[in-house]
Amino acid sequence: MPEFLAEIIIEGKKNARDPEGETIMRDLMIKHGYDMVDSVRSGKILKVKLEAKDDKDAEDICFNMVNELRIYNPVAHVCTIKIVK
Amino acid sequence: MPMHVLVIQFSGSTCDRDLVNAMRNVMGWNVDFVWYQEAQNIIENYDAIFLPGGFAYGDYLRAGIIAAFTPVMKKVKEIAKEGIPVLGICNGFQILVESELLPGALIGNETLRFSCKWTNLRVETTRSSATNIAKKGDVWKIPIAHGEGRYYLDKVGLKQLNENDQVVWRYVNDEGETTKEANPNGSIENIAGICNLEGNIVGLMPHPERAAENIISPFNTDHGKSYFHSIENFFRRK
Repeated sequence: MPEFLAEIIIEGKKNARDPEGETIMRDLMIKHGYDMVDSVRSGKILKVKLEAKDDKDAEDICFNMVNELRIYNPVAHVCTIKIVK
Repeated sequence: MPMHVLVIQFSGSTCDRDLVNAMRNVMGWNVDFVWYQEAQNIIENYDAIFLPGGFAYGDYLRAGIIAAFTPVMKKVKEIAKEGIPVLGICNGFQILVESELLPGALIGNETLRFSCKWTNLRVETTRSSATNIAKKGDVWKIPIAHGEGRYYLDKVGLKQLNENDQVVWRYVNDEGETTKEANPNGSIENIAGICNLEGNIVGLMPHPERAAENIISPFNTDHGKSYFHSIENFFRRK
């Protein structure tokens, strides 16, 4: 079976404050001249290599996995899955 | 007969011995301190189950999530349904939330720092297994020690939590008021601990086991004992 690389991105919901993202923007980017930056959200990325029949199959496996194993907490986070190759 | 309780030790539990000390030497309880793989086989035999603080599985992925998937937590869920008190302190609270035994999420402190200090907790309900000998409005001095203790729940969930009387403690100032300054981690509505609908499952971020003896309190208090006395009372009156 072919191998795929999935990127699973976990980030906080928009209405939950993200002090890490705010600090990176305020105290690093803007303070060092990048004042065009309007917002930053921090998060976590998991790069997962897996075998699957095709892109769709790889995405379905990842979708089931993140929900079954609570890879993100749906109360506080949103999760996106991208099959990158 | 003294209470007979179980403390489940996970890989990465670090506050387990403090808890055992408080319950064994301060409360005089019969405490079994058991590795999680063995605990799943004997869990039916206890008056109360405790999930201690620490960093189970290094807090990898998210505090509490990997422990939540251990077989012993399936057993904890079964026991909890029978009404046995199940108590999670700090990392134990995170495990209860990630196991979906309690609603919500515990995310990184708003300060972005690990915070270790004494806090004031106002008792919001006396129907929980950990507050039933207290009076509503009592203020307990109990220390925190955590990096991911910011309780979060969406608006709908929060409304339900309040309406169902599931908020057990809030962080308050010395006057007993919920202020921003009294909130050490940015928890929504200053929430420090909650319970399930039935009141037997209770999660709390601060550490009552570190506040059960006057000698280790800078305020000469032992408010942590009220937590343990409540659990005993809850069990006895069942």
